Amino acid sequence: MSLREKFEFELNSAQEQLIDLSTMAVNALNKSMEALINQDVDAALEVIEGDKDINQLEEFINDRVILLIAKQSPVATDLRRLVVTIKVASDMERVGDYAVNIAKETIRIGNQELLPQITQIQQMQKLAVAMLRQVIDAFVEEDVVKAKEIAELDDQVDELYGDVIRRLMQAGGENPDRLSQITQLAFISRYMERSADHATNIAEQLFYLVRGQHYDLNR
Amino acid sequence: MTTIITNKSASGTEADQTGKKAVYETKQLNLWYGSNHALKNIDLEIMENEVTAIIGPSGCGKSTFIKTLNRMVELVPSVKTSGEILYRGRNIFDNDYGVEELRTRVGMVFQKPNPFPKSIYDNVAYGPRIHGIKKKKILDEIVEKSLRGAAIWEEVKDRLNENAYSISGGQQQRICIARALAIEPDVILMDEPTSALDPISTLKVEELVQELKKDYSIIIVTHNMQQAARISDKTAFFLNGEVIEFDYTDTIFSNPSDKRTEDYISGRFG
Repeated sequence: MSLREKFEFELNSAQEQLIDLSTMAVNALNKSMEALINQDVDAALEVIEGDKDINQLEEFINDRVILLIAKQSPVATDLRRLVVTIKVASDMERVGDYAVNIAKETIRIGNQELLPQITQIQQMQKLAVAMLRQVIDAFVEEDVVKAKEIAELDDQVDELYGDVIRRLMQAGGENPDRLSQITQLAFISRYMERSADHATNIAEQLFYLVRGQHYDLNR
Repeated sequence: MTTIITNKSASGTEADQTGKKAVYETKQLNLWYGSNHALKNIDLEIMENEVTAIIGPSGCGKSTFIKTLNRMVELVPSVKTSGEILYRGRNIFDNDYGVEELRTRVGMVFQKPNPFPKSIYDNVAYGPRIHGIKKKKILDEIVEKSLRGAAIWEEVKDRLNENAYSISGGQQQRICIARALAIEPDVILMDEPTSALDPISTLKVEELVQELKKDYSIIIVTHNMQQAARISDKTAFFLNGEVIEFDYTDTIFSNPSDKRTEDYISGRFG
């Protein structure tokens, strides 16, 4: 293998690990919501436990990229790709953290009957997860058009979020004895909204990678 | 799914982990040019089939160090040494150690390509002839093998009888590497082998070094820190005749333990 081939091999391996990390984080987010819906404390505990692997993989990717930057002095697209890899890894690690937060709320809620607003949070989940999965595909294909479309979906998530919060506030007035669950569901909807924001961040990073310029897709 | 491999430990000798042996071990090596104390208490262990880079600012003793490894430094009058250099376990300063034998095991490539004013063929065949090989067929084989080993065979195979000065500097340097390979050395010392070459020739020599380490142990002095970072397994940082830090190249370039190493590799001095 020539030196350039070795470098590309390392670059591709880091990218493959980033895809693995993304899959792990998105699966954790899905699983945390399933645990909430099914009121399955064991599944919630598994999500919390699994976050260690996500964190470890993010650190591993970072170390690998830092070593490549230190040893190979990459420039132009190579350099952008490495910087973007670190940033996207950080976004995905954060999504994993939201999954943990949701799992913790799930444990707190235990077997209390869930409020009906959970249905809208599930809609948010579907959108956020779809955005995250598609943005990773767009990333692999370096498809900025697709990335822009994904970022546009964020408006729907934000709308749903506003709606969920309004309804939860309303429910608070009607059911003062359930304030604790209302607060927990408000947090969970916030985590979903933030997860979708990270999908938008990743779309922006893809623009930076492909075009070398910064774009704000989250207006 | 990804498996995470923990970073290899930088401490301890690699012989423990990979079964590699040390080619060179220096023990409290000191060297003086007259009253100038050029190398101070150098303790280094250099492993086989690795590329070991020596970096440091001008005058830090790095060239002196590698010239000591084949005792070439003794050509300078007024040189005095103390301590030991064990090559494959034997002290090269022992009275009964033959310097010629040492130099057949340890080849050297210099900063500027220095082919003999002879044909390409004769340059590469020079060493084997001195060692008594006369048969044309055997010499032909050695020349081809060495030129292939130095990744230059395809470029010169049709002009072996041309003068070695008729080819480019980058090609001449690879001829010099082929000349070093022709005596089937164990170790190749390289003293800034690419500093006189253009970037493409530099890249070719760097790639060659990567290939050669499968069969040889390579010690390379370089002013080009990125070169050390790209091609070496371990790096020693020399300063004022002392080894400040010696570690895996990955560690030296991502997380050196001595501030002076960090200052040097980040261009704060030197």
